Amino acid sequence: MSVIEREVQGSQAVPSAWRGFKAGKWMKEVNVRNFIQKNVASYEGDDKFLKGATANTKALWDIISDLSKKEREAGGVLDVDVNTPSTITSHAAGYLDKDKEQVVGLQADEPFKRTIHPFGGINMVLNSCKAYGFELPGEIVDLFTKIRKTHNQGVFDAYTTEMRACRKAGIITGLPDAYGRGRIIGDYRRVALYGVDFLIKQKKQEKLSLEVDVIDEDVIRLREELSEQIRALEELKELGQMYGFDISRPAENAKEAFQWVYFGYLAAIKEQDGAAMSLGRVSSFLDTYVERDLAEGVLNEESAQELVDHFVMKLRIVKFLRTPEYNDLFSGDPTWVTESIGGMAEDGRTLVTKNSFRFLHTLYNLGPGPEPNLTVLWSEKLPEAFKKFAAKVSIETSSIQYENDDLMRPIYGDDYGIACCVSAMRIGKQMQFFGARANLAKVLLYAINGGKDEKSGVQVGPEYPAITSEYLDYDEVMKRYIPMMEWLAKTYVNSLNVIHYMHDKYCYERIEMALHDRDILRTMACGIAGLSVAADSLSAIKYAKVKPIRNEQGIAVDFEIEGEFPCYGNNDDKVDQIAVKLVESFMGMIRKHKTYRNSLPTQSILTITSNVVYGKKTGSTPDGRKGGEPFAPGANPMHGRDKKGALASLSSVAKLPYEHSLDGISNTFSIVPKALGKDIDSRESNLVSMMDGYFGSDAHHLNVNVFDREQLIDAMDHPENYPQLTVRVSGYAVNFIKLTREQQLDVIHRTFHGSM
Amino acid sequence: MLKGRIHSLETFGTVDGPGIRFVLFMQGCLLQCQYCHNPDTWSLTEGREVTLEEVLAEIEPYINYYRSSGGGLTVSGGEATLQAPFVTELFREVKKRWNLHTCLDTNGYNEGDKIRDLLDVTDLVMLDLKHIDNEKHIKLTGKPNVRMLNMARWLSEHDRKMWIRHVFVPGIHDDEQDLINLGKFIGGLHGVEKFEILPYHTMGIFKWQELGWDYPLEGVPSPTEEEIERANRLIEEGRQQVVSAK
Repeated sequence: MSVIEREVQGSQAVPSAWRGFKAGKWMKEVNVRNFIQKNVASYEGDDKFLKGATANTKALWDIISDLSKKEREAGGVLDVDVNTPSTITSHAAGYLDKDKEQVVGLQADEPFKRTIHPFGGINMVLNSCKAYGFELPGEIVDLFTKIRKTHNQGVFDAYTTEMRACRKAGIITGLPDAYGRGRIIGDYRRVALYGVDFLIKQKKQEKLSLEVDVIDEDVIRLREELSEQIRALEELKELGQMYGFDISRPAENAKEAFQWVYFGYLAAIKEQDGAAMSLGRVSSFLDTYVERDLAEGVLNEESAQELVDHFVMKLRIVKFLRTPEYNDLFSGDPTWVTESIGGMAEDGRTLVTKNSFRFLHTLYNLGPGPEPNLTVLWSEKLPEAFKKFAAKVSIETSSIQYENDDLMRPIYGDDYGIACCVSAMRIGKQMQFFGARANLAKVLLYAINGGKDEKSGVQVGPEYPAITSEYLDYDEVMKRYIPMMEWLAKTYVNSLNVIHYMHDKYCYERIEMALHDRDILRTMACGIAGLSVAADSLSAIKYAKVKPIRNEQGIAVDFEIEGEFPCYGNNDDKVDQIAVKLVESFMGMIRKHKTYRNSLPTQSILTITSNVVYGKKTGSTPDGRKGGEPFAPGANPMHGRDKKGALASLSSVAKLPYEHSLDGISNTFSIVPKALGKDIDSRESNLVSMMDGYFGSDAHHLNVNVFDREQLIDAMDHPENYPQLTVRVSGYAVNFIKLTREQQLDVIHRTFHGSM
Repeated sequence: MLKGRIHSLETFGTVDGPGIRFVLFMQGCLLQCQYCHNPDTWSLTEGREVTLEEVLAEIEPYINYYRSSGGGLTVSGGEATLQAPFVTELFREVKKRWNLHTCLDTNGYNEGDKIRDLLDVTDLVMLDLKHIDNEKHIKLTGKPNVRMLNMARWLSEHDRKMWIRHVFVPGIHDDEQDLINLGKFIGGLHGVEKFEILPYHTMGIFKWQELGWDYPLEGVPSPTEEEIERANRLIEEGRQQVVSAK
């Protein structure tokens, strides 16, 4: 440590790890952005340089494919180490095939072995083990009930009666009160660029800077956290040593850089099992090392791609132990190892590098896959060749999401990353308190029913007057809706304050926060579900006649609608502006409340897959949706109601104001290849034009699904996820989900054998 | 005020002409093709009436998409030429306001001279030839094919750009001589930029069921790839006979 200290501070000598890099501020302080600005190799060319998978890559992927199959056959979980709570150093080194791996490190001593994370809550661990046929030893249960308090215990010690009632009724759902909150991105690049000793030195200085006159609660907490961070960094070095690497020093070459970054990330997922454990924006950073190795002649393209493939392979097998209930909310075992790719620098250069291509290319070398959650930061100014390549990969794999760099860069600068799905944050300088979401559709029913829950009949909300008229009057409904939303916003923010107070106290993210600056921006990331249902309901009340059907308790349990009303998703301002207003109003209500650690309130319009659970927990709504039916996901229009084609639907979503939804606005777009154009060339250029237009109108996010056979089969079982799945043949269009099962099977048959 | 009767609209059309297109489906058709996927567009009285300005307002938000992708406006149906005066005004207006490319998707059951104004503001005609054999055409659509073939000749003589499309139904379109004859006919035309076979599919059946009608092609399967290849080969054979004879 002292050696590096002298070199950087005292003399002209540059550590060999930094040879060939352009000098800058980054050499004196932790400043990865400055390093990237000085050293990034923007790439404007096409994808012709890319290489396929090596024999070692194929052999390793075979091992993973085989284990995946075994895991599926075992019912979703292959093995659990029930005896060892996971920490950075808890498990011995593990390998897929040590001789073949370019990047090593597993969460446990064997691949696909899941570990337990009891600090978030012992019940979650207990139930997960039970659900998959494993038994948690009594002493572990005792340890985390009687001796060591968990986050979950802390939260329930402080929850109010009202908070518990809201949680039970499902008007607020998915709260991270029983497990790790996630959505924090450590700046894992720092490990490679600086080595751990440099980072420890910086943290020690930060702690020293807090020897101030007034040692109040904030200072005490931060000093304790910094001490924990330093401890975690020491453990990170130990983790490296377990695999035979000295990561106290900076990475010397590309292979070490990938390995060092991965160790940083591995430490994080060994310590935390947060809902989303995102990676950040590492690809173009790592490209600088690849470029240097290529120039020095110690690496060729094939081995560069192999490094990327092996790194990505590790990200694909991140596993956490979850309960079946958790899977209902976030189905498919997701981990959100989100990697942000591309984007533009503030000075107008592109941050697309050859590594941006290589990371997307893993979807061919390893086949399509959900993780890492590859997120392309889209700008109108991205190199055309990269746009085309990304579109091609989307069309062929449906594995990429896109977010609007031109919209985010002015707010977050040019070194931000996406946590989870749509949450932008400056890397190493910003974190969020993940807040799940409140149900805007259900609270409308509370407004109509005077705070009584439409499913249980229980008085959950405040006992405001119920609406008793035969037909719903728009003005009267709004008069009741607004105060009920105000109540929800208040209860919601207060609940989040409890949760994050306790998470910091009992389940603090030591290593992730060690890879942040001392002073960071924290956001209180609230969210809403049911936006399209609420907007359409209000539209029905305003433009048609809606008659509530009340039960003997006087609660509106169903609605009769007479007449037509405009639906969100058709680019019709009559209803789209209702949706816009709902977003603005609820955000305004959230902003009124004091937040834990003075975090900045934001909100997202994102449901992940919880739109199904939210639907289950919500009775019939005035838009004609029957009780229990799923909501549309995120900010999507309700399926089947957007009748004017993709551009009209995209335009409605693009109207939602990002400035009032800074935690992201998610839109899922699904299309069959044939509806995107007749041949691959026109499909690529049509998709590029579509995204340029969509993002050019200040939209935030787009999931692009272009379906193959497997996805069509999935669409048969989950039509709610595929609202715009269109089949166009012979000049006409039909909506896939409106076809009978037989017809759908016919399409699947033809698709599989046809030219697509 | 001039009004049009429309069935529906699609803001993101990618297969009815080049680029990304706004596709307006007009209501009403005089043919009754047995394989029709949208029989609900046949009636001359259903659908909804719209003014020119209303249609233009539906197009306007997306013109950047259409222009940047080399796309434009396609009017389809139903049969677009049944409402030629409305479509003419519409094409004239989108050209004047936004310089959009215009495409007319038609079955050709009209006369070139009669709809000349419309054809003069049309950049591309997509002509759907239903059957080259007149008897079989009558059986398939309820009308003879004379006007359609004349329309194709008219477009050819007047140097108009056209794409010719031909739905292929097994058992109806597979006769060898018919396919060669179709090729010969196309080979004799000028201005054919593209010829496409559209394989018959069964995805329109649910609409017949919704209308409570019997589906005339019950049990007819979609063509195989081999059948389509053979049809393309025979048509090309016929075309070459004419082209090389020229």
